[in-house]
Order: sequence, then structure tokens, then C-alpha cells
Amino acid sequence: MQDQCIINLVNLTKQFEDHTVLDKINLSIRRNEFLTLLGPSGCGKTTTLRIIAGFEQATSGQVLFDGEDISKMPPYKRRVNTVFQKHALFPHMNVFENIAFGLTIKKTPKDEMRRRVEEMLKLVNLEGFGERAVESLSGGQQQRVAIARALVNEPEVLLLDEPLSALDLKLRKGMQVELKRIQQRVGSTFIYVTHDQEEALTMSDTIVVMNGGRIQQIGRPEDIYNEPKNPFVADFIGESNILPGRMVRDELVEFAGREFVCVDRGIGEDLPVDIVVRPEDIVLVSPEQGMLTGVVREVTFKGVHYEMVIDTADGFSWLAQSTAMTPAGQEVGINIGPNEIHVMLRSDDVRGAV
Amino acid sequence: MERRWLVYPYHIWMLLFTVVPLALIFYFAFTVKGTYAFTLENIQQAASPVYLKVLWHSVWLAAVSTFACFIIGYPMAMILATCRVKYRNMLVVITIIPMWMNFLLRTYAWMTLLEKKGLINTVLSFFNIAPLQLLYTDGAVLLGMVYNFLPFMILPIYSVLMKMDRSLLEAAGDLGADAWTSFRRVTFPLSLPGVYAGMLMVFMPAVTTFVISRLLGGGQYMLIGNVIEQQFLAIGDWNFGSALSVFMMILIIISMALLSRYNKNGNGGMLL
Repeated sequence: MQDQCIINLVNLTKQFEDHTVLDKINLSIRRNEFLTLLGPSGCGKTTTLRIIAGFEQATSGQVLFDGEDISKMPPYKRRVNTVFQKHALFPHMNVFENIAFGLTIKKTPKDEMRRRVEEMLKLVNLEGFGERAVESLSGGQQQRVAIARALVNEPEVLLLDEPLSALDLKLRKGMQVELKRIQQRVGSTFIYVTHDQEEALTMSDTIVVMNGGRIQQIGRPEDIYNEPKNPFVADFIGESNILPGRMVRDELVEFAGREFVCVDRGIGEDLPVDIVVRPEDIVLVSPEQGMLTGVVREVTFKGVHYEMVIDTADGFSWLAQSTAMTPAGQEVGINIGPNEIHVMLRSDDVRGAV
Repeated sequence: MERRWLVYPYHIWMLLFTVVPLALIFYFAFTVKGTYAFTLENIQQAASPVYLKVLWHSVWLAAVSTFACFIIGYPMAMILATCRVKYRNMLVVITIIPMWMNFLLRTYAWMTLLEKKGLINTVLSFFNIAPLQLLYTDGAVLLGMVYNFLPFMILPIYSVLMKMDRSLLEAAGDLGADAWTSFRRVTFPLSLPGVYAGMLMVFMPAVTTFVISRLLGGGQYMLIGNVIEQQFLAIGDWNFGSALSVFMMILIIISMALLSRYNKNGNGGMLL
């Protein structure tokens, strides 16, 4: 396991004055994977990235690169490159000079430099832009120059700090696909920081969900989405109905005033738990057929589906999605299949972080 | 569009205090004293070797003091821009506090320090060093210029450095540049507009000063500013004084134009 990993974070802790930003982070990043640090602002994801890049020093803990402790190494000696949130392109240089910056410092021969910069321009679809001033480029083009500027150095690890957050939705979607393509082409490790869960799900091989300076869950996008480990992850990744419940025994759970059959085993008996149900997993039926009944309070059209808020008798408001519209005020039945009920052991620790 | 009248006060100001005085200077420079007759004699006299020598000496001293201000001021501006916010405001205030004191007072203070029996020579005498001739030398005039005009170099550089995006330095470091390389390739080129502005703001008053040279250079010490002052106030030859002013003005404009040509970004000429 160790030899496959290019970066290991060991008990990484960062404190700003008396505020703990990172709390004993342990993370192994495999070679050539696209790993995303995902979380709300202030969760410590950017700090983690900056510590890997060397812009910040951890208060305690280590950053291992290929097994070597680089915690005290200055940024310019590290074999990583960064794509900054606001591009950070040098305004006094043109596109070519920007991309060639790292090669110039390494005193790369002129013709090799030209070849590699041209190659990069091609990779990011900016052929012929070399002589342009960076201010004359659009936001998306500037972002691609920033990516090329980092990648031309052939870093073993590329760090990306919310690089798409300044772009509009359509451009962002295009760039997501492009980034993934570039990563597969160059085959280096990408560590990507974002607060956008959809972006994370689209691009990543591995997602690390962070909150309050701690790692909440590590896993493949599908696992994170389908099997959230705690209410925070469930709530942050996609929309969720999260409600308190009680594990009666294996495969039987009680919430919303009745018992439901579920698939979870080995959690324990008669224990307080949290139940997560995704809005798209709720099946709306006629009131007589429903396991639960409620009254539709709100209907919102979302394009592909309608989103409805349904109040049940126990006082919980359910969020449900359906392609069929049920008008507000109407009584409906709610059905939830055993596979769609996610049971999580309640941990006050995690709750506190939510 | 209907608010155009709001700019009239500005126009009137410009007319009264810039255009009219300038026109008067040109008028005096190209007329015979006491008449309206056109002449080039004043300008020719201004270009005579005696005055060219004084002018050259003034430009040289101003250039040296500008360079000295740059050498001292740039690191100070760097310190101001990079120090912790807590200390920054205090340091900025310390930098500009001398400017709140009267200019003459500051220069007189230097006189008492540099005198034969001044503070510096008194201290030196304790070490059995014979008193030095400090006052009334080129060095004293230079010192006065650098001391008085240094803030004008620091502040524009400081403001440019402050506005510089910190992530650019991180990017440079990230791309393999050590501290010195980052400075050479990123910080310094990006701060050039501030350097040019600072150079103009020091060079201009330094090349025209007559107070510093009078007080610290002594009564016989002549810079172009002193010559012009003398023509106006002592000799009363406004025509020749104006001719000297015009001559110097043209010279300064040419040198500034040359300086701004080296400034690719085109910001250095902002004071022109």
C-alpha cells in the first residue's frame, strides 16, 4: 500500500492562533489518481492543499512525498505544481512567457522549451495564443493557461485550488470534462479542492469529504453518494432527508412513527441512529398505498423533475423528487424501499460538526 | 451629460494656475526686458556654457539623489509592504511624519547637525578626530535632498507593492523560483510603475530646489534653482529667469520622455 502512495499526510494538524483548522488529518494519496478534497468553506481543504504545496507549515504532523518527509521543504524545491483559484498569471508576461516560467528557471534549452510550451498550448486547446497578453484572454482561457503553466513542469502531483469557481456554469462543465481528459492524458496525480459536490462527483477517482478540519469520509464517488457514512456527508453530497430513528434489530429500523425493513445488519439492537433517505428514492403513491402519508406543502419545478416538500403527521418535512407533479395541498402516500434506507450510527461528535 | 458644468471649476483652476503662468513664463522668455519685442537672446544666454554647467551639475546631483532614494527607498517600501499589519501602519506613519514638519525646519536641523561645531563634529572630537567640513559640500546638499524627498520614493513603490497579488509570489515559488528569483522576475518588474513614479517625484523637486542648496550648500553654491531664483528676486531680470526656466523645463520633459520609454506598461508616464 505504502509504495503505491505518492503522498501521505500523517497526523497533520494546523492551528491559526487558538483556532484549529486541521485536526490530525491522515490521508494516503495514490499515484496517478484524481483525488478531490470536498467540503464547505472553512473545512480545511484549501489549508491541506497549501500545506502540500508548501505555502503553509503544519503546526504538527508530516507530509510524506514518496516516503520522504517534506514538511520543512520550501515550495520551490517540491515536485508539485499548483493551479491557483484566481489563476495568478504574471500580468507582465505573455501567455508563452507565463507557461515557460518554470522551464526558464530550470534553464531549459530554448528549443526544448519552445517545443514543450507549444505542446502544452495544444493540450489546453490554446494553439496560437502564445504571443497574447494574459489580460486579453477570457476567464476560461486564463484558467487553461494556468493549468498549462503548472503542467509544463511535468509535476508528479498537480494541486488545483478551486480552479473553476470563477467560471460560469457552462464553461465550468466544459472545463470539468477537459480537466479529466488532461489528467488521463498526462497521467499524473491530481489533488483537487472544491466545495462543489457535483464537480467532485464528475471528475474524481476518490473523494475526501472534509468538515471542521476533519476527514468525514473517503471513497469513490458512487460510495460517497450511495453510502454516506454520517449525516454530514449525506447532507453535503446531494440533498437528503435526515431524521432520527432507532435500530430495532438487524434489518428493521424505526423512524417517522413506524418500523421499516432495511438491509443494514450488525449495527446493534435498540440503538439511536440517523436515517438518510435521498429525495429521488422516495416513491409517491396514493395515500392508501403509502407506508407514510403526508400533505404536499410546496412544489418547485426543477427542469428534469419536480421537487416537493411533504409534511407528515409526525412533524417531519420530507423532500421528494418526482417527474409527476402532485399539486400543493393534496394528500400523498410515501413509500421507501429497504435498499434506499441508509442507517448511520449516531455520533454526537459528527452531529456537532454539522 | 447635463452635469458637464461640474468640471468647469477644474478648467478654471487649470487656466488660472497652470496655463496662464506657463504662458507668462514663455512670454517673458521670448521678449526683450521692458518691451513686447520678440527675441531669442534670453534663450541663447541660458544655453551659454556657464549656465549649462550649472544645469548639468543640478541634473547630476538630482540624478544621484534620485538613485540614492531608490536604493534606500525600495527596501524600505518592501519592508512596509511585507511586514505584519500590526506594525505596518506604525511604520507608514514613521515614514511620513517628517513630511508633517516644516521643510525649512528639517533642513535647518541638518545645518546644526553638520556645522563645524555641530553635533556630529562634537561627537567626533571625543574620539580626537579633527572637525570635518560637512556643511556647504555636495554631500550635504545630497543628504538634504535624499532626506527630504525619500518619502516620495517610498510611498509610490509601497502602494504598488501593496496592491500586488500575493498569489503571484506563491505561483513563482511553486514554479521553482527561490526568493531572489521571484523578486527579480516577478516583484521587481511589477513594481516598476511605482519606481518610475517615485523617480519622477524625487527628481523633479530635487532638480529645481534652491532652498536645500542655499542652506546646506552655502551662499556661493549654485544650482539651476538658485540661478533662477536670483534672476527673479535679486537681479530682477524676469526675462532671463523665465528663459532659464523654459530651458530647464524642456530638458526635464525630454529626460522624462526617455525614462518613460523604458516603461513598457506605460504607467511610468502617469505624472507627465
